[in-house]
Amino acid sequence: MNKVQNNRAWWLILPMLLLVAFSAIIPLMTVVNYSVQDVFDANTRFFTGTEWFKEMLNDPALQAAVLRQFAFSLTVLAIEVPLGIGIALIMPKRGWQASAVLILVTMPLLIPWNVVGSIWQIFTRGDIGLMGWSLRELGYGYNITASPVDAWATIILMDVWHWTPLIALLCYSGLRSIPDAYYQAARIDRASQWAVFRHIQLPKLTNVLVIGVLLRFMHSFMIYAEPFVLTGGGPGSSTTFLSQSLTTMAIGQQDLGPSAAFSLIYFLIILLVSWVFYTAIMNMQKDKKQEGA
Amino acid sequence: MTDSLIGTPDAVRKHAATTAARRRRKSRSALLKWRRRGLMAAYIVFVLLPIYWLLNMSFQSNTEILGGLTLWPENFTTEHYVKIFTNANWYMGYVNSITYVLMNMVISIAVALPAAYAFSRYQFIGDKHLFFWLLTNLMAPPAVFLLPYFQLYYTVGLFDTHIAVALAHCLFNIPLAVWILEGFMSSVPKEIDETAFIDGYSFPKFFVKIFIPMISSGIGVTLFFLFMFSWVELLLASTLTATNAQPIASVMTQTKGASGIDWGTLAAAGALTILPGIVVVYFVRNHIAKGFALGRT
Repeated sequence: MNKVQNNRAWWLILPMLLLVAFSAIIPLMTVVNYSVQDVFDANTRFFTGTEWFKEMLNDPALQAAVLRQFAFSLTVLAIEVPLGIGIALIMPKRGWQASAVLILVTMPLLIPWNVVGSIWQIFTRGDIGLMGWSLRELGYGYNITASPVDAWATIILMDVWHWTPLIALLCYSGLRSIPDAYYQAARIDRASQWAVFRHIQLPKLTNVLVIGVLLRFMHSFMIYAEPFVLTGGGPGSSTTFLSQSLTTMAIGQQDLGPSAAFSLIYFLIILLVSWVFYTAIMNMQKDKKQEGA
Repeated sequence: MTDSLIGTPDAVRKHAATTAARRRRKSRSALLKWRRRGLMAAYIVFVLLPIYWLLNMSFQSNTEILGGLTLWPENFTTEHYVKIFTNANWYMGYVNSITYVLMNMVISIAVALPAAYAFSRYQFIGDKHLFFWLLTNLMAPPAVFLLPYFQLYYTVGLFDTHIAVALAHCLFNIPLAVWILEGFMSSVPKEIDETAFIDGYSFPKFFVKIFIPMISSGIGVTLFFLFMFSWVELLLASTLTATNAQPIASVMTQTKGASGIDWGTLAAAGALTILPGIVVVYFVRNHIAKGFALGRT
């Protein structure tokens, strides 16, 4: 669409800008302010420069948390994206089944995050939970409070349960926008199911998948309430992700300077990865268009 | 019919072969259809099983829960639900949560509508940078903003009010609303705006009388997303409140007592938090597919 050049459009943006500035810029400035100072009380503070940043970057506990966070985010993406596409492909397209399946599939997305943790806590307890109890009956010594492997597997399963619907619904909406004529042409050509998927469905899904992967990456990187309720970060610190480390540091220990520096590093990692991913995908699409031309 | 045209033995054989092939194809596609349904059913069971277990727990007494594993409530009881609905401390948690979610939805949509219109229709200095900056707020971890929010709202005297949580959730909900609405608005042809202005509509009148009705399904879907992300977020909500505006999530932590966790009440409270979501998704079920693609397909 051709847009009209008009700087008065700023007036339409202004109310939104003021509100977002109030809830984003002012707090962010506070964080920046803390990150370069050592605060003892309201009147005693020292300028420290980049000291906190150096300390945070060299902290082995935090380095481990960052690695754990990346491992977690990549694992859930690797499972949820293919699974979500698969579910979108088999979801019914019309009739009452379509509505019913849509509502059922959306359900996990609308449950408050700490309740998701509680649901899985109840479900996986060895004594009262269906899954925990069944696994023990089958002879596997399932215990999320003692075994890091069990804790990890359970958190990943919980995340798959919770967030695969987002990818599935995004893909479902992408698939719905493909005109029937494309499928008819494929049938005339006797295209195999795989060929239909590879050359008709997948290209249509690229856009929604970019959105989906970005959202999933961001949210999985900020995960807090679910593992906090389910495992409390344990056993040891094997499931302590970045948000939890940060909250403990900022609220629990009141270390303002280090936690502010850590916040900024954390935010920058998310921004950087999202930006790299987004640019890479956009360039790929541009190259494809040039090849086609 | 074609049968009457078949005369020679050769043609009969050919006919038999093609019908057999058709039958084979048909039975294969029927098989595929059933496999699809089976897989779909398996996934639905996976989604519902933990939720079923929650419901199962919520209808059992605590002695039955701890007494041994039962696949369905053998002594069906609604005592936990009665407890929640008769104790102001409990049910006010739901009222508080719904209050700030509604406030947030109203604020977000009110400021996002004009902003999204500006982004979809006009070019202006800094528009692309501004849009990218908006999206970065969507990527900000709430944990980063925890402490500054606490201090900011405490200083301005908004701590422990509904509006504090509603404003805090604007951080990610306004950018989201602008993003979704911009997609829906861009699919409305610009000629409509131009025709309306030629017909003598002023901008506010055009916007309210013509434009908003045209994107009503987009607004419905946006409201659904605003509800979803404000309803499920609890880290900020529970940090910015103490007693007066306490969300249901904080109330739920009270089930941890000296004598262990009150599983039945925890399960009942959890089950009740699922209900508003189901109601909301029922209303937008026909538009949700388009909404998830942010109006861009």
